[in-house]
Amino acid sequence: MGIPIEYYLILSAFMFIVGVIGVLTRRNAIVVFMSIELMLNSANLTMVTFSSYLGNSIGQLFVFFVMTVAAAEAAIGLAIIIAMYRNKKTLNIDEINILKW
Amino acid sequence: MSLRLVLFIVFGAISAVSSVLMITRRDVVVSALFLVLNFAGLSGLYLTLNAQFIAVAQVIIYAGAIMVLFLFVIMLLRPENEKSFLEANPSIKVFALIIGAVIFFQLAYIIFFSSLAKLNNASVAASVKAGTIEEIGHQLYTNYILPFEAAGFLLLAATIGALVLAKKKFE
Repeated sequence: MGIPIEYYLILSAFMFIVGVIGVLTRRNAIVVFMSIELMLNSANLTMVTFSSYLGNSIGQLFVFFVMTVAAAEAAIGLAIIIAMYRNKKTLNIDEINILKW
Repeated sequence: MSLRLVLFIVFGAISAVSSVLMITRRDVVVSALFLVLNFAGLSGLYLTLNAQFIAVAQVIIYAGAIMVLFLFVIMLLRPENEKSFLEANPSIKVFALIIGAVIFFQLAYIIFFSSLAKLNNASVAASVKAGTIEEIGHQLYTNYILPFEAAGFLLLAATIGALVLAKKKFE
């Protein structure tokens, strides 16, 4: 396979880190949610890479299930964000601290 | 340089740059559009890995369905712009960058010091066969039928849950 497997894995690790930094620094609930999607996608890239280099389709099957869960998670999470916005009139996660001790 | 390497560099650069731009832009709509670009780049990367079905599913499910949902919610709520990454609270920024660097070097250490090199001369034919929709569909409807049904049930539960949560009033 022309390309060393490390290239894909390093790219995937880089995207995961960008997602982590996004979650830690951004204060807008929707952007935090999008950073989580980014991390899910970097994990998907790792699984497809190994699936392809091992010649085994199970990894890609698992990516398909991850996409299903991500779709369900996006629907539920955005519904929660809408419900939160209706009560608090804000999307800033510093001001949404109702579950904080 | 082979064509595969050129394609990898192009799509990898698109994915990496658009992911960085996504977390540094102030405007939420711009962030969402950069995330769509990132998904498009990832779809190209999947094609260089011979994963045709996943590449198409990535465009249809992520870029097509999930991001449209995100853009609809952004349009409905119209959130105010926050401070950009560079003007954000410096202590949080330093903390996040340190955490990110530590995790990245851990991952890089694992990647470079584990014996992955023997995978590099994997056969292309097996990889092409593993990525076809025929092979994935065969696995999905024989060995993995129970997780498939569970995924369908999960989507049903998510639909009902989203309807209940987004209703006008809680009873």
